[in-house]
Amino acid sequence: MQQSNNYIIIFTVVLTIVLGGLLSAASVFLKPKQKKSIELDTKKQILTAVVDLEGLSGNEILEKYDAEIQSVVVNIDGDIVEEDEQGAPIVAEKVDIAKNYKKAPEERLFPVFKFHEAGNTESVKSYILPVYGTGLWGPIWGYIALETDMNTIKGVVFAHETETPGLGARITEREVQDRFQGKNIFDEEGKLVSVAMLKGENNPNPLLGAHYVDGMSGATITADGLNKMLKDYFGYYEAYIKKVSGDTEKVAAL
Amino acid sequence: MSTDTIEKQQVEEVKEKKKSETLLSKRRKKFINDPLNDDNPITVQVLGICSALAVTTQMKPTLTMAISVIFVMVFSNLSISLLRNLIPTRVRIIVQLAVIATLVSLVSEVLKAYSYDMYKELSVFVGLIITNCIVMGRLEAFALGNKPWDSVLDGFGNALGYSWIILAVAFFRELLGAGKFFGVPVFEAIGIANFPTNGLMVTPVGAFIILGLIIWVQRTKTGYVEH
Repeated sequence: MQQSNNYIIIFTVVLTIVLGGLLSAASVFLKPKQKKSIELDTKKQILTAVVDLEGLSGNEILEKYDAEIQSVVVNIDGDIVEEDEQGAPIVAEKVDIAKNYKKAPEERLFPVFKFHEAGNTESVKSYILPVYGTGLWGPIWGYIALETDMNTIKGVVFAHETETPGLGARITEREVQDRFQGKNIFDEEGKLVSVAMLKGENNPNPLLGAHYVDGMSGATITADGLNKMLKDYFGYYEAYIKKVSGDTEKVAAL
Repeated sequence: MSTDTIEKQQVEEVKEKKKSETLLSKRRKKFINDPLNDDNPITVQVLGICSALAVTTQMKPTLTMAISVIFVMVFSNLSISLLRNLIPTRVRIIVQLAVIATLVSLVSEVLKAYSYDMYKELSVFVGLIITNCIVMGRLEAFALGNKPWDSVLDGFGNALGYSWIILAVAFFRELLGAGKFFGVPVFEAIGIANFPTNGLMVTPVGAFIILGLIIWVQRTKTGYVEH
C-alpha cells in the first residue's frame, strides 16, 4: 500500500502530537510524586550515614529526618551562608551538590547536616557532610558522618551512577562502608590526611591504621576516585571542621 | 447441487469458527506457549541478550524489568495492531519506534515516581527496552499483520518468554553470586553460614554462563538445531 506524501506527513504529525501529549500529561501528573521520591531518597541517604533505617517506611523516615536533622550551609571559609546573591534563603536540602561540583571550590555551597537528639538541636551527635566525585564510569557521591570530635568517622554511605556491578558498585554495600567506621581524618598533629582505600582486598590489618581502609579487589579506579573525593571534600570542609572542633560552645550557638 | 451444499456448509463452518473462537482458543494459546519454549526470544532467537545480561544480578530489579517489558510489549503490540491499516508503510519503523519509546518513557516515569530505588537500580536499562530487539521484532513480524487481540497475546507470550529466562538467570546469579533470593540470605536461613559466594556470577560473565547452560538444556530437550 503506497500512501501519498500528504497522508504520511499528516499521520506523523498527528502521531507526534498524540504521543507527545501523552508524555507531557504523564510528566505533569507524576512530577509531585517524583519530587517526593527524590527528596525521600536524599534524606534516606543522609540518615543512613548515621543510623540503620531497616524496616522504616517512607513517612517514618521523613519524620525522623525532620525530628533529628538540622542543616546549615557553609562556604569554603567555614562561614554560614543563609542567603544567595538575590537574597533568597538557602536551604541545605535544596543545594544541588552535583551542580556545585562544576563551580570553582571557592564559589560552592557546602551543606552540613547535623544529626541531633530528637527535638533538641543543641545536643548534636554527629555532623554529616555530603561528598561528590567521579568513579570509573561516572559520578559517585555519598555522605560522611563525623563524630563530634570532628575527626572520627561515625559512618559513611556511598552511591554511584554507573560503576561496574560486583566491582566498583560495591561501594554501596554496607560491608564496604562499614570499613570506614572509626577511622580518623586528621593525624596526631592535627593535619588533614583524610581516609583512603588501599589497593587490593584483604590487606593485613596493621597496614590499615587510622587512615586507611581495606580496598576492593578489581575496583582500584573507583577506589582512587573515592579517595580523591574524600580528600577534596574534607579539604573544602576543613575550615568549618576546625571552627566546630575549636569551639564547641560556638557551635551550639550556630 | 451437491457442490452448492458443500459450499454452503463450508461457509457455515467458517462462520461458526469465527463465532466460536474463544478468547483463548487452541490457535491463540500457541501465541503464548510457543515463545515460552520452542520459539523463545532469548534462547532460540537470541534477541534481547543485552538486558538479559545487565539487569539479572538480582531477582528484584529483574522482576521489575520483566513487568516493564510485558507492559511495553502488550501495549505496543496492541496499538500497532489497532493502527495497522492506517500506518503508512514507508514510515512504519519510525511509527513503531515512537510508540515503543512513548511506552518506555511512561514506564520510566512511573518507576521514578513510585519506586525510586528500582528506578535508580535499573537506571539506563529501562530506557534500553526501546532498543530491545524483541519488542520491535514482534511489532514488525506480527502486530502489523494481525488483529489486536491476537497481537496482545503474541506480545504477552513473547514478553513472558523473555521474562522467565531473565528471571531464571537472575535466580542463579543472585543465589550463587550473593547467596540471596529476593534479597533474603537463604543460605544463612537454612543454616549454612559461610556459603562461598561466586564473584563471577555477579559480573556479566556469569549471565553468559547461565544463559549458555539454559540454552544447552533446552536444545537437548527440544532438539532444536541452528542452521
